[in-house]
Amino acid sequence: MQILANIAVLTAIYALICSGYVLVYRVSRVLNLAHGELMMVGAYLLMSLAGLFAGSPVLAVAAALVLSLCMGVAVYVLLMRRMTGEMVLAAVLTTIALGILLRGVVVLVWTARLQYPLDTLGWKNGSVALMEGVAISEVGALIVAVAVAVYGGLFVFFRFTRWGVRMRAAGENPLLAAQRGIALYGIYALAWGLAVFTGGTTGMLLAADSGLETTMVIVALKAFPAALVGGLDSLLGAVIGSLIVATAEVLAIQYLDPLVSDVAPFLVLLAMLMVRPWGLFGTREEFERV
Amino acid sequence: MARASGHFKTDYRADLVLIETRFQWFWIAVLALALVGFPAVAGPFALDLANQVFLAVIGAVALMLLSGFAGQVSLGHAGLLAAGAFTTGILYKELGASVWVTVPASAVVGAVLGVVFGLPSLRLKGLYLLVSTLALHFIVVFLGAEYETRRGYSTGVVIDPPAIAGVALEDPLGWYFALLAVDAAVVLFSLNLLRARTGRAWAAIRDRDVAAEALGVPVHRYKLLAFVISSVMTAVAGSLAAYYQGFVSVEAFSLFLAIQYVAMVIIGGLGSILGAVLGAAFVVLLPYAIEYGLATVPFAERLADQVFAINFASFGLVMILFLVFEPEGLVGIWRRVRDYFLEWPFRHRGRGG
Repeated sequence: MQILANIAVLTAIYALICSGYVLVYRVSRVLNLAHGELMMVGAYLLMSLAGLFAGSPVLAVAAALVLSLCMGVAVYVLLMRRMTGEMVLAAVLTTIALGILLRGVVVLVWTARLQYPLDTLGWKNGSVALMEGVAISEVGALIVAVAVAVYGGLFVFFRFTRWGVRMRAAGENPLLAAQRGIALYGIYALAWGLAVFTGGTTGMLLAADSGLETTMVIVALKAFPAALVGGLDSLLGAVIGSLIVATAEVLAIQYLDPLVSDVAPFLVLLAMLMVRPWGLFGTREEFERV
Repeated sequence: MARASGHFKTDYRADLVLIETRFQWFWIAVLALALVGFPAVAGPFALDLANQVFLAVIGAVALMLLSGFAGQVSLGHAGLLAAGAFTTGILYKELGASVWVTVPASAVVGAVLGVVFGLPSLRLKGLYLLVSTLALHFIVVFLGAEYETRRGYSTGVVIDPPAIAGVALEDPLGWYFALLAVDAAVVLFSLNLLRARTGRAWAAIRDRDVAAEALGVPVHRYKLLAFVISSVMTAVAGSLAAYYQGFVSVEAFSLFLAIQYVAMVIIGGLGSILGAVLGAAFVVLLPYAIEYGLATVPFAERLADQVFAINFASFGLVMILFLVFEPEGLVGIWRRVRDYFLEWPFRHRGRGG
């Protein structure tokens, strides 16, 4: 049973991270490989703000979330907008370069040592007993709850709100969307903002659960096969993909070798790429066969 | 100063020739002399830098063939370097094999991995291919780590310098000439491939693979060939690097290394062997240049423990600047400067092509 609980928490972590990959990819067809770093910067922002707003942790969290959203918009406006119309790969490489830049900046500003934002906020991370002998950490439970809330929110946003529908239109056919009067740049900026917002949330939660260090980006890198397995432009796919990858990883830790768990997501990914490259729920893109 | 003033090729032979004019012959002779004479003026540190550049050039040219000419992207080249290095390390440790065994064996492993890395390219393109090579990178590196832990070399495998004709290759000077020879061979081999049928087939696949197939290019075969050739060269580079460092550790083959190689190709300028060489030199020397620059500022001591982070940040920044402002890379800059002087006093291109 403990295994099931672990799978659930890891699935929630991966699903939260994947929502960032999916948001950006679905709207602008850019794979954001700096997502892990942006997530980490979000967590470090919380760290700094927790020191700044000592005594009112809720305010610190709220401010960090707002700053994450702004950071996402800034990344698009200052950098990714310039890559519009370039090769898709150039855009992907730009995000990789941005990731490297951010990693350097984070170490310069916040140093590389392990930090605990939860202590700075003055909160404790207890454990929740779900059943006899089955326990997860409080933050773990919170992660699952936040994942459910984020996906619920995104579902409502895409299905029922004006901006969500516009965003779907822009993702489906940018040219037609632009001709219908949808401001594409605004949509793209919003998508980046939302993606970094969920990413920042994830980063803060992860930092609260297991401390904050630059190795956090590895988690994001492992989550990214989940997004691909599910289909890069499908939120439902992201959840299912996260479930598959998290299950593979937890089972690998349990029954094989902890070292294998680091490659398990990529083995799943390779298998998927061989069979169904566009993922379980992704839109079938044009793969011209020759 | 007779230099080709345009592309006036009158027969196929003229189109295939590598060096077109006496002027170019002259400058190539100057370059060769400078490279041979370099150790006479350089200290051991400069020689070490040159050797590192030479090692990177092999991998960068290999990746350039694959990405710049055949149009197949790869984030897995650190994995291939690791494969070469570990093949060498394992054969040396387990069997005491000599350099004449380990380097060819690395090449063979590289070829096999090239097929493995290349197979996804038959179905996948662009982003998805990038991702599949990324996945393979992690798997190869994992296998290396597994070997290290199983055999108890948790800190890495130590390799003694290779013996060539009974003489151990230890000092940087010997390495300099050995690597210079390897680099010259690699560059000539690549240029030769590119001017022949293979290069044209790759260019056709890069530009439009469906059209290439329609023109009668066996696309699958040439894609796989590109991966195999690139992987063999990269694995050999990995093997040589293992000997040069005298040490193989899985730590060295991070994803960052793969990104560095991609950066060499991008910063140098896609679609040019010269670009690969320039890019390799740029990326290898950048951290040293930064360190040197930091040493000159007054508050250097305070920055000393931050050098690594500064290197990281500036590498990312340089890569972004090139991607955004100079997608043609160093070669693009070089071409513009050259054209400026060629066309002076006119400001517009008068030449064809």
